[in-house]
Amino acid sequence: MNLKNLYHSFLLHLADSSLIIAQRNGECCAHGPILEQDIAITNITLDLLGQSRNFYQYAAQRLNEANGSSETEDTLAYHRGERDFKNFLLCELPNGDWAQTITRQFLFSCFQQLLFEKLSKSNDEHLAAIANKSLKEIQYHVKWSSEWVIRLGDGTEESHERMKKAIDYLWPYTGEMFMPATYDIINLEDLKSIWLNKVEAVLQEATLSVPANTFMHSGGKSGVHTEHLGFLLAEMQYLQRTYPGAEW
Amino acid sequence: MTYTKEQILSFLAEVSDPEIPVLSILDMGIVRDIIMADEMADIVITPTYSGCPAMDAIGFDIKMKLLEKGIQKVKITHVLHPAWTTDWMSESGKQKLKAYGIAPPQSSSARINRLLFDEVTGIECPRCHSVNTKLLSEFGSTACKALYQCNDCKEPFDYFKCH
Repeated sequence: MNLKNLYHSFLLHLADSSLIIAQRNGECCAHGPILEQDIAITNITLDLLGQSRNFYQYAAQRLNEANGSSETEDTLAYHRGERDFKNFLLCELPNGDWAQTITRQFLFSCFQQLLFEKLSKSNDEHLAAIANKSLKEIQYHVKWSSEWVIRLGDGTEESHERMKKAIDYLWPYTGEMFMPATYDIINLEDLKSIWLNKVEAVLQEATLSVPANTFMHSGGKSGVHTEHLGFLLAEMQYLQRTYPGAEW
Repeated sequence: MTYTKEQILSFLAEVSDPEIPVLSILDMGIVRDIIMADEMADIVITPTYSGCPAMDAIGFDIKMKLLEKGIQKVKITHVLHPAWTTDWMSESGKQKLKAYGIAPPQSSSARINRLLFDEVTGIECPRCHSVNTKLLSEFGSTACKALYQCNDCKEPFDYFKCH
């Protein structure tokens, strides 16, 4: 795939992050802690999957116009290898317990909201339309995940401990969201302090705190992933790899 | 034979929403435009939610309905802008929704309450009409619905949430 045009990489980065966290959340389907929350997390999965489809369709269109290729949303999602995926490492991390699942969603949704607010003002009308459409859904994700962070953080001794563990585990993967890749078009440094304030406010209410001075992992945005992504892709892509173009 | 936009509209009124069969796709406000050119009917539709799984089925149903009416050249165009809102749902659509047992969306001023742990209140129970109801979950059986419960008749019900 010819990715000399950095804008194509940026679109794929957006698509990949939404798809990979959707695939992770989707693992909760029929495994949620209670029925209502099983339904909630799978609703959120559907929104994220829809976002990623919009981005992949648009990326395919732009790639084909530029390269004369015949990519589709499906070839981009199912036929690319691990090193081609540009999602945040945060999105591919395992679900762990409910505390880890909702904390991952919380950290990601808060970031997505800020990023998409910027993208909704883009000169690229199609990108702006996708961002605007998604924002209406993301505000529900932010609210839902924030409430769960508070409920569990300020809950029982057990739930508080689990939240603490989840934050300690996930926090070193948040720095990557603000490390610019060659293809980024938004000034991420500007978003960092707003994101931090937002996250800290919720954590404070949850009687939790931000870990001090942690090492930050990176690599996802340029295709260098944790060991978890390969397994996720193997499961997600198996059918289309074995029977390319299969439909039902 | 060429058809007018109005004729096409009347045909589309017979296409129902796959997930809420009492509503037509016109009631839902999904159809944004109809462009007639060289006997080709271009039907412009917009999704309710980004991940609405009904979009492919809706496109297919439109083609089948128009084929049934003798229109063979049909194109389905998807647009995302402007983003769909429940304000586009017709008044008769809201009444049909209510009769079907789903509380219709309030006006857009009653959109999601961003304050944490705060909920949109005063949603009327479609069964006993009490407004003494509570939110069970912002996420219901489909992306466009929230789950409420009536404090009086105790029945849980779907609320078509404002968007």
